[in-house]
Amino acid sequence: MDLLHVKRVYKSYADHQALHNISLHIKRQSIFGLLGPNGAGKTTLIRIINQITGPDKGEIFFEKEKLSPKHIAQIGYLPEERGLYKKMKVGEQALYLAQLKGMERGEAKYKLKLWFEKFEIDGWWDKKIEELSKGMAQKIQFVTTVLHEPKLLILDEPFSGFDPINTNLIKKEILELRDKGSTIIFSTHNMESVEEICDDIALINKSKKILEGKVVDIKETYKSNVFEIVFVGNMIAFSTALWTGFEILESNQVNGRMHVTLRANKPSDMNELIKTIVNHVEILSVNEITPSMNDIFIQKVQEVMPETLEEQKEQEVPSE
Amino acid sequence: MVVPIWLATKDKDIQRIEVIDETGAFIKQFENTSELQFKDGFRPIEEAKADLYNGKYTSILYIKSAEKDAEIEMFYKKQPGFSTIIKIEKTIENVIRSAEIQSKFKITKEQLSEIQPNVSVKAISLDPDGEEESKNVAISTGIGFFAAILIYFFIFMYGVQIMRGVIEEKTSRIVEIIISSVKPFQLMMGKIVGIALVGLTQFLLWSILTGMIYSVIMSVFGIDAASTSQTANMMDGANVPGVDNPIQAVQEGLMTLPLLQIFISFIFYFIGGYLLYGALLGAVGSAVDSEADTQQFMLPITIPLIFSFVVAQTVMENPDGTLAFWLSIIPFTSPVIMMVRIPFGGVASWELVLSMVLLIIGFLGTTWIAAKIYRTGILMYGKKITYKELWKWLFYKG
Repeated sequence: MDLLHVKRVYKSYADHQALHNISLHIKRQSIFGLLGPNGAGKTTLIRIINQITGPDKGEIFFEKEKLSPKHIAQIGYLPEERGLYKKMKVGEQALYLAQLKGMERGEAKYKLKLWFEKFEIDGWWDKKIEELSKGMAQKIQFVTTVLHEPKLLILDEPFSGFDPINTNLIKKEILELRDKGSTIIFSTHNMESVEEICDDIALINKSKKILEGKVVDIKETYKSNVFEIVFVGNMIAFSTALWTGFEILESNQVNGRMHVTLRANKPSDMNELIKTIVNHVEILSVNEITPSMNDIFIQKVQEVMPETLEEQKEQEVPSE
Repeated sequence: MVVPIWLATKDKDIQRIEVIDETGAFIKQFENTSELQFKDGFRPIEEAKADLYNGKYTSILYIKSAEKDAEIEMFYKKQPGFSTIIKIEKTIENVIRSAEIQSKFKITKEQLSEIQPNVSVKAISLDPDGEEESKNVAISTGIGFFAAILIYFFIFMYGVQIMRGVIEEKTSRIVEIIISSVKPFQLMMGKIVGIALVGLTQFLLWSILTGMIYSVIMSVFGIDAASTSQTANMMDGANVPGVDNPIQAVQEGLMTLPLLQIFISFIFYFIGGYLLYGALLGAVGSAVDSEADTQQFMLPITIPLIFSFVVAQTVMENPDGTLAFWLSIIPFTSPVIMMVRIPFGGVASWELVLSMVLLIIGFLGTTWIAAKIYRTGILMYGKKITYKELWKWLFYKG
């Protein structure tokens, strides 16, 4: 079931269109990757979901209800450009932000202590933000975002400003929050982390949605049927066994082992490949080379580019 | 913001006038005042003219004849004010008049000054109920001026504080987190109301402190004065206020003023003026990235405030004139000007009500405009904002 349903949303500013007919279904208890190059419209969409601005056209449903101010307490938002009051003390500030989200002071204090212990930052309660390093402040910021246990968590580039150790810590927390029932919208350029933690993604470019689906399905669609095989045996016997169904892209011998990269001419699975060659050579390993999310991202964005460029030109002419 | 006030109060030109008197009748008659200083030139006019730009004199007064409607010339390098010319005219007229009187009626200068009348008018306001009340104009002026200064500074001080707060929230980037919890309008109003309460608290503390200092001073110096005048009164057997006691005179003067009305109006105009200007300054804070960029937007906002302070002096001279009336009605100038007028007591109830209602409408209007600019401005970074841009923001929806 969908926690959030974005339905045909349009938004334009005076000089450009930010969102064009965007529809999304975000499943409950999933991590949804909202991807796109800079200026694609991600932040605008996130601000609309946060009710910071409103859409020109279209609707958003939160648990089948139309999105309204009462849902604010059920959303947690970590913006990409973020900060805290520099002169305010950590504890006071976290309590203040929690109370803005409708938490009781006592409850907020109790939960804050738990989080601070978990992140091993309980000594910071009375420190001012300006005394902390950027990474430390980011930790506080993450805690204040998730403290009120929102049903929907919107994280815009959550790993920026963290070192690898803390990135892993935050990643673990995000997965844990999902397992406890939170739904997470995760906006990033970092494709590696998308593959690691996202269940579904949508790719937005130039205000339009150009790709969406489950991460595994998308990778399946974009796989190019390229395999890498390592075997011991005769190369001629190997290539004759393949018949015409496969095309050898590259082969070389390393320490008496053959490393061959080949492409299937029609969609085929690994079993079929193994069946074909298993009687002819001694197979050491077979790997399907799947495209990374990064490759898909770049490929998709560049694919759409020429078309949108033309569109832009058309738009520019009458205005001048 | 201090400079224009200083300029306004400082504006007294001292004229050093070299007198070239060909008749010789006037030369001893001019009396130096704090603004006009006369010196005998003892030289031909051409020489004096040639020397004007080298000498210390600001102008040359050239008297050719001592006739009644004599034409007198004045050569200047620094233009004398209108009031200066009037003063010189008056002085010369007086000199000629005295000389004529002395020569016609054959009397000495002393005899003339004996019959010179010296009248001062005591203004007494008469109520419809027949109650008489004499007002001390000096005290009214003092109170009016003091109230105007306070309002002017409070609006500036706390208004700029709003602006700084908004800029701080914007540059520290916390604003996006907060407006995902509360509406931008709530955040802006919260800031304005919060700082207003800080201002009122500070004002209250100052008032209490001033009151304490006042009563301490009174208990140290005042008891003496009061008891002497009391014994004096008892000896006279009449309840005549001690005229020669300045502290008591001020106290008496204060008692004649509508103190409660002044106090309530002060609080109202302080809050009203603050809200009016504070909202606009908050909007300025939201539109810029740093305090250095605020100048271009600050200027048009502060001009009416500075203007009202500068003309406050003129208003005091004629507290019920047309200028005073209109400026005390228009919301942008009314907080300062009305506070100048009220101590003089000539403000009709309908004027006060009209001015207050317009001030309320005024700040509702500026708050509306500010909210529109604020909403768009706080999320706008790294863009040089123009007035055209601000105008567009007013019509953005959602």
